[in-house]
Amino acid sequence: MKHILLFVLLVWSLPARAEIAIQEVTSPGGISAWLVEEHALPFTALEIRFRGGASLDAPGKRGATNLMTGLIEEGAGDMDARAFAQARESLAASFGFDVRDDALSVSTQFLSENRAEAVALLRSALIQPRFDDVAIERVRGQVLSHLVSRKTDPQDIVGTQFDALAFGDHPYGSYYGGTEDSVAALNRDDIVAAYHGAVARDRIFVSAVGDISAQDLGALLDELFGDLPETGAPIPARVDFGLGSGVTVVPFDTPQSVARFGHAGITRDDPDFFAAYIVNEILGGGGFNSRLMDEVREKRGLTYGIGSYLIPMDLSEMVMGAVSSQNESMAEVIEVVSTEWARMAHDGVTAEELASAQTYLTGAYPLRFDGNGPIAKIMVGMQMTGLPVDYIATRNDQIMAVTLDEANRVAARIYQPEALHFVIVGQPAGVESSN
Amino acid sequence: MTRFLSLILPLAVLFAAPARAGDVTDYVLDNGMQVVVIEDHRAPVVVHMVWYRVGAADEPAGKSGIAHFFEHLMFKATDDLESGELSRVVEANGGSDNAFTSWDYTAYFQRVAADRLGLMMRMEADRMRDLVLSEDEIVTERNVILEERATRTDSDPGALFREQLYAAAHLNHPYGIPVIGWRHEMEALNRVDAQAFYQTYYAPNNAVLIVAGDVQPEDVLALAQQHYGPVAPTENLPVRARPSEPPQLAERRLVFEDARVGQPYVMRRYQAPERDTGDQAEAAALVYLAELLGGSGATSVLGNALQFDDPIAVYTGASYSATSLDDTGFTLVVVPAQGVTLGNAETAMDAVLASFMADGVDLEQFERLKMQVRAGEIYELDDVQSRADRYGRALTTGLTIADVQAWPEVLQAVTPEDVMAAAKRLFDRKRAVTGWLQPEPQPTVTEVSQ
Repeated sequence: MKHILLFVLLVWSLPARAEIAIQEVTSPGGISAWLVEEHALPFTALEIRFRGGASLDAPGKRGATNLMTGLIEEGAGDMDARAFAQARESLAASFGFDVRDDALSVSTQFLSENRAEAVALLRSALIQPRFDDVAIERVRGQVLSHLVSRKTDPQDIVGTQFDALAFGDHPYGSYYGGTEDSVAALNRDDIVAAYHGAVARDRIFVSAVGDISAQDLGALLDELFGDLPETGAPIPARVDFGLGSGVTVVPFDTPQSVARFGHAGITRDDPDFFAAYIVNEILGGGGFNSRLMDEVREKRGLTYGIGSYLIPMDLSEMVMGAVSSQNESMAEVIEVVSTEWARMAHDGVTAEELASAQTYLTGAYPLRFDGNGPIAKIMVGMQMTGLPVDYIATRNDQIMAVTLDEANRVAARIYQPEALHFVIVGQPAGVESSN
Repeated sequence: MTRFLSLILPLAVLFAAPARAGDVTDYVLDNGMQVVVIEDHRAPVVVHMVWYRVGAADEPAGKSGIAHFFEHLMFKATDDLESGELSRVVEANGGSDNAFTSWDYTAYFQRVAADRLGLMMRMEADRMRDLVLSEDEIVTERNVILEERATRTDSDPGALFREQLYAAAHLNHPYGIPVIGWRHEMEALNRVDAQAFYQTYYAPNNAVLIVAGDVQPEDVLALAQQHYGPVAPTENLPVRARPSEPPQLAERRLVFEDARVGQPYVMRRYQAPERDTGDQAEAAALVYLAELLGGSGATSVLGNALQFDDPIAVYTGASYSATSLDDTGFTLVVVPAQGVTLGNAETAMDAVLASFMADGVDLEQFERLKMQVRAGEIYELDDVQSRADRYGRALTTGLTIADVQAWPEVLQAVTPEDVMAAAKRLFDRKRAVTGWLQPEPQPTVTEVSQ
């Protein structure tokens, strides 16, 4: 153990207090992780992230990282896919491998009673995946089946269209799983290349919560990751949100239209981020009390759900909303959303709305820390975002520090009614694509 | 029952004799409301839930969707709260709230800082009896549930297919009616229907309170007495007797075609017994049967045969929902690989079932499952909401706290012979529906709108 830094974080703001003692652990081999020791239950939740994810796909190889991720558990070392699954199930450990635009994630839980065996098995998947031809064909078939289903799912169609219009040729502009053509063309070399590109030490983030000491975690880190290559594929360049104002209708035979709408957003490290986060909570945040939910659902009954989201990604950022409504009423929904977007930009929020959102966000924050799994996920996310270990203790103060003037200045900056673009899949009555 | 608790807490004795097992304590209030407290002191959080023993299968004939519609209406005005105020107060206290409806239960919950429990109870008790329904809100909210049906069901051919399959699976029992409701009946739901439903079923003697998190049982009991104690019960609460299934004598088959189907599949649902109070062994055996046949692609019987040995499928699965008031279902699914017909997929599925019945249980696989069931009990302790759900589902489907607490041991006691005996009783095609979901060759005909 090189060193252990101990931070005890107390969140005292109303109404709950979360007491999370985060240790920063660095292994003898120089790999760092955040740890919360919690010995009440005899298991550990371990979260691993490799930055880059599906955006590392080589040109023309869209879907390679996704297919590779699906294959990591399909045979490793001297075990084929079935032997590996039997070994994992006999330990009652869970390893969840997943990939998205910005990261490959591994979410694991294992019992204290057989931790050494579980870690050895996980190590073999990370270090020695086999990528057997028969496994490649099996998982390729699953991916292709999924891609075929996406072509007739209105939610998937709208997401794909919106991303393509917003980000074009950048990896963000296409579905990370690839297309039928691109996935059909992938060979074993492409998959091995994707593995070497995505799984490397220079992009790793780790957190652990549960029945494990700092010393044991240090040894575990070296066992799991010590033999990974130092570097992987370069992270792609940034991309700007490239879609201007307008409406794009994708005709599809379905009784209910689905829509995405949005424009460029704000980075996570922008000094205005907290103000933007609060203002968006008021416009279209979670729960039943946002302006959009109130206007579109509660007052008019036009939808089951509507929300708006700040989406800061590693390589771009956007403000995006989503809604579904019957074909006959989608035109009215667009009108209401546009009106609310403009009202937020021009008039901002009231002092009452700001106070209410601040109370909610600061009160809800400590409630997130309610189990080994959730805390481990929060901690690895903080590391990916570049937040300091004491962020948990300061976050609510930063929320409370946002003033009404600041919120309204940022509302005018973030929401751009003249830039808002709607992509709609369905047969919305009275709505046509703009040019 | 622990004497220790009642000795040091004489107040509790005045109200009820608490029963305590491990970190779970339960009481019954004088008005018949059942109370369950699950302690988990790791985070300063509490989950407060009220479960009503009424669900979609308890609806009056012709009023499908009223149970779920009513779940929405419960967020409207009461004599003390404005429409939407409950959710606003929850949010103002940093909490979150929601509700859900099934065939057997309707449940409301808030997740909030533990010291806000009393406030949650005050509001939840208020809307148990004092909702004030306005005609305008009925109309608007009915549009919301129609939008919900459009989102969840009408936009998803798989959901429409399962709706048809469930309807065919039940000759008489209301589990054949979708929880969200049939659209034509939803469109006609009105204030009179809602009011009658509310007055009958929303009462303390038809409810279970579950409080899980950083709380002391005696504090919860005192708060429950204060807030729920004064709420009047429904006299002559109807006995929960639904129309029951006659003997099912004929296999049913259906083909659902929809232009929006990208990936066809075959699904078969067998009528199956559920967990009964004091008699959970058959259900426990079926839990293992589902895992053995289709729990994991790489180790299950269907997965091994159809995804590995002779890979004609991209996915196989088996599922069984053990917790249900009346007979439940055991479902198999095979998603064929490209170029494999649904007929061939079904034939292959039946061949696998036949050889399983001949060969019996793989003992190594069975031991792995037992290990996972045991570990699952440990992992579940990390999620207090899931523990609360487990009690809520059980106590609204005819089970007792003792049944819930015995369930892990009942599961551990299952033998391979039990599994095969249960499988023999289960696999009768006369008591099954087989459905094919496939693309429609022609474009869909647009329905005439009203």
